[in-house]
Parts: sequence; structure tokens; C-alpha cells
Amino acid sequence: MAYVAVKGGERAIDNAHAWLAEDRRGNPDIPEITLEQIQAQQARAVDRVMAEGALYDPGLAALAIKQAQGDLIEAAFLLRAYRTTLPRFGYAEPVDTGAMQIRRRISAVFKDLPGGQILGPTYDYTHRLLDFALAAGGTPPAAALAEAPGEPVMPVYTILRQEGMIEPDSNSDPDPADITREPLTFPATRDVRLQTLARGDEGFLLAMGYSTQRGWGGTHPFVGEIRVGEVTVEITPPELGFPIDIGDVTLTECQMINQFTGSKTKPPQFTRGYGLVFGHAERKAMGMALVDRALRSEEFNEDATAPAQNPEFVLYHADNIEGTGFVEHLKLPHYVDFQSELESLRRMRAAAEKEAAE
Amino acid sequence: MIGYNFAYLDEQTKRMIRRALLKAVAIPGHQVPFGSREMPLPYGWGTGGIQITAAILGQTDTLKVIDQGADDTTNAVSIRRFFAKTAGVATTTRTPEATVIQTRHRIPETKLREDQIIVYQVPQPEPLSKLEPRRAETKRMHALAEYGPMHVKLYEDITRFGQISISYDYPVMVNHRYLMAPSPIPAFDNPKMHMMPALQLFGAGREKRIYAVPPYTSVQSLDFEDHPFRAVRAPHTCALCNARDSYLDEVVVDDTGRRMFVCSDTDHCETRREAGHEGTGEPVAQAAE
Repeated sequence: MAYVAVKGGERAIDNAHAWLAEDRRGNPDIPEITLEQIQAQQARAVDRVMAEGALYDPGLAALAIKQAQGDLIEAAFLLRAYRTTLPRFGYAEPVDTGAMQIRRRISAVFKDLPGGQILGPTYDYTHRLLDFALAAGGTPPAAALAEAPGEPVMPVYTILRQEGMIEPDSNSDPDPADITREPLTFPATRDVRLQTLARGDEGFLLAMGYSTQRGWGGTHPFVGEIRVGEVTVEITPPELGFPIDIGDVTLTECQMINQFTGSKTKPPQFTRGYGLVFGHAERKAMGMALVDRALRSEEFNEDATAPAQNPEFVLYHADNIEGTGFVEHLKLPHYVDFQSELESLRRMRAAAEKEAAE
Repeated sequence: MIGYNFAYLDEQTKRMIRRALLKAVAIPGHQVPFGSREMPLPYGWGTGGIQITAAILGQTDTLKVIDQGADDTTNAVSIRRFFAKTAGVATTTRTPEATVIQTRHRIPETKLREDQIIVYQVPQPEPLSKLEPRRAETKRMHALAEYGPMHVKLYEDITRFGQISISYDYPVMVNHRYLMAPSPIPAFDNPKMHMMPALQLFGAGREKRIYAVPPYTSVQSLDFEDHPFRAVRAPHTCALCNARDSYLDEVVVDDTGRRMFVCSDTDHCETRREAGHEGTGEPVAQAAE
């Protein structure tokens, strides 16, 4: 009987998973990829999965990428689902990006500045020509080494702040929100917004940021500074009462400088948009900084008419784990609802035909 | 399952969900925000319902999971397996044997009892979402019981189509106070919610909301005096068990477009067949008679 064809879900699922495992492995004559290879040679993918998965663990991110066959949103989801099961020991102290071990640091607003412009490992000035020599493999010649800067590189923000040209840091909330424990509510405070953007989808932040540049909520941005490197994470165990170092993370920070505002009581000054992302992820950090500034339009009494300036629009749709779930759930059976729609439509059409005949 | 707590979620998370459930029961139909967790199943697959089930499940419970009314649709199988694995609870396909029933898109045909709990998977908890996308605004509308726009939408339907066009997720008024999304069950199932002896819990994981209808609570589908609510089903009998009052799935059986109508509630259909009811087993030529 035809009806039987839609049944037998249990065996179908098992068979599908077995096929998936075979498909993941691919041709068994080709050596299996190792997690070390993914972590070392697909590091930007690992970074993206850690950022969107909201868990800093390159080894697990590499495993997720392998398990997801390189589908990075699926990999981020694997990491997120693992993350929620972990116990919380406490909250880290705020990281000091000013004390970052700089690997790359550039500013678009000053030609030269204390600490200098450090290009670091960047694609910015590569010519996008497929490198056929790379296809053959091999070890590249060693890059030149410079002396590590002896002291921390001063953030560009600090330079502008000395003159009062830029808005100060907003007051640090000693008890910031935690979007992994409390659902979003509106109006959303900036800590909630930044947390949501930090694990938001890179493509979404890129498009939203881009839209502000094309006139949909323009913020007249300059890249004050982008820095990439390692920072120390510290926690203060209650029984010790002082912070201890628990390890380093690689971060990308973007300080965007935006058009000045002022009021009758405040002289004009530059405003700021902020991006901070796990790993080396400049595109995302910049998109995040543009969107952060756009979302502050109400604070600066700007007309908020563009999508990027609408906190509900941006924050509810930035998460690709939520987005992919709800879009893809359309694959699940909906035949009960569809049947009710069919009946409803048939009744309406019958009524319309009857009316036309009269 | 090794390495995981009973029913997957840790006890702190369960406690947080139970607190939200208590609040939801105390304010029937009101959406309570909760700290929804990422689950190992994707958003949209029933993460809200799964979290509620995980929070209320005890070792002696018997769980039934249905999707589209059926126990053996792939997603129902997957969720039932999840709890069989993480909680080790007994599972069943028999509605009367279950103490907890998790469902997507249907309410069983068999009447539920006081000692049962039904958990609905909810994609969109906000009944006003299609009229007003801003949650800050819909929250205000609920606070003020400002439900005029929904009545206007239904009225516009009647003027345009001669009838209300909503056929599933049909809005209901709970305890004469809160407008509530019943989840995408067919409007046919709405009357079952009214004064139901079982506790009804609703979980929306992605939207991070929980709501509830306590036992024996009024649940009224919105309508007008001159356009009363009608529960609509396909005007056919089940080809397998000959039921004339159950909700039917429409199955296309061949490429000439012949249809077979069968009970969407597979347990209901099987129970009837065991009791000796028998359908024609034949498709019908035209869906609309």
C-alpha cells in the first residue's frame, strides 16, 4: 500500500547516518585528514567556527570541521551544542587588548604612530592569482624576523583620547549580561548587543556593515585601528582573591572611528564602533564595528530608518545557528498544516466558483 | 548516557526551566522568556519542547513523541530515541499509556487525562508576529490586551474570502485574557484545548519562550457571532479504519492524482483497526467530493 512508503523512519535514519559517515570519509584510498592538519592549515576556518560557536578551543573546532565535512555553520553548531553542556566555573576578568602581543596592527587614520604599522600575515596586498605552485605543495622560505616590541603597543584610541577628540569608554558594567543564560529583551543594552554580534554570522555582519556604507544608516567610518594577537585570560578565584593567568587567546579587535556628534552641552567629538572576535577574523571584526555603531543611532539622536540601525532586526537575525535551524526546519514534514491549507483553499475556490456561476 | 546528566540537561538548567514553567502555569497563555539552551538537535526541530520534556521527565515516566500525529515520522523517531538514550525512560506509541506526550503539529484524537502532560513544540510563540514584527511592541499589546488588530485581520479575511483563511496555528484566547498561538496544529484540534484535563505546556527554543494552559482552562478560538469558529477536516473517511471524525492526511497514491485519506493520528487509527474497524483501503478519485 502506498501509505507504507512514508513510514519506516527509524531504519531510514540509521541508513542515512551510515551513508553520511561514508560520504564524510570520501575515497578511502586518499589519506584521512587529521585534526592537526585542519588546525594548522585551515586556521581561518577554525577561527570562524570558534567565533560563531562561541567557544575558544581550536582542537574541538577542528574536530567539528572534520565532522561537518567543512560546513562551517554546521561545525559552529556542533561546538555550540557542546558548549552548553560545560559547567561554568566563573567569569574571566576583562581582557586587556592594550597589552596584546601584536602580530598585526594597522591604522588607517595616521600614517605613522607609536608602535608603527605592522602588516603581519595579511592577504591585503596579495594578488589574487591562483598559485599553481601551491598545488604541488612544499615548505615556503622562512619569513624575515623583526624584534618583538619591548612594551605594549599603544591603542590609537588612547592617542585620540589624550586630546578629548573621541568619546571615552562607556562605563564598564561590573555585572554584564550573559546572553547564553538570559534571553534577548528589548531595548537591548550595549553589552547584550556586542555579545550577540561577537557570535553572529560573519556573512550577516558583513552585509549589514556594507549596507551602512551604501547609505542605509551611514556612519562615516574610519578604521582607527585593527589589531590581531594574543591576550592573556585571567580569572579571580574567590578563594584566592587575586587574578591568575589561565591561558592565552587570539583575538581580532577593530576600533572604528565615526563621524563626530555634539550637542548644546557637549562639544563635538568622534564616536566609536567596536568589534572583537575570536581568532584572526578582520572582516567580521570590521562588520561588527560598523553594525555596533549603527545600532547606537538612538543614543546619538540619529534617524534610525535603516535595517542595520534596528536592534530587533539585527540582533534577532545575526545568529546563524538559529537562522539555519529555522530555515532548514521547513524540510520537516508539514503535511498536517498543508492539508488544512488545501481544505481551506478548496472551500474558498468552491465558494468563488459557485458565486461566478450565479 | 555516560558523560551526560539524566535527560541531557544539567540540574541547574532544569531548575531554571521549571521556574519558567511555574510562572507560565500561573499566568495561563502568557509567554515567559527563558534561558533557552543550544540543544544537540537544531532549532526548528523542537528544541523548546525537548527542553521542557527534559525538565519534567522523571524516571518512572512513559514518553510518547508524535510529529504530524504519527509516532514513526523521522523527527518523532529521532526525539524519542534522544530521550530513550539520555533518560532511559520507557516509551510508547499508545496515547493512554503515556504520562508525557511531546507533539509537533497535532493533538491526539484520544482524550487526554489529568495524569498526563502534553508538550507542544512551538516555532513562533507570538500570535501577533505576522501583524507586528517588533517584540517590544507585541509585549505592550499583550500587557494592554490590545488585540483589536487580530480581530481586524480576521474581519478582513471574511470580507476578502467570505471566511477566515487561517487553517492552522489559529489564534486562541486563553482564560479570557491572553491571546495565544496554539502552535501549528490544524484549527481542527483547537477545541480539544478547551477545558482539557491534562496540563498543556508550550516550548519555543529558538524564540526562548515558554507558556502553558493549566488543566480545565478556557481556550476559545477567536471568531465573530455571525461567523462562528468551525473546525475543518477533509470531508472523507479514513481508508484504513473508516473513521469519520478524525483528522485526515491526504496521500497522493498515483500519478493520475488519486488520493487516499488516512488518519493523521497513527495510534488512533491502529487502535480502531485492532477493535475491528476497517476502511475500504481504496483511494478516492477526487480530493474535493
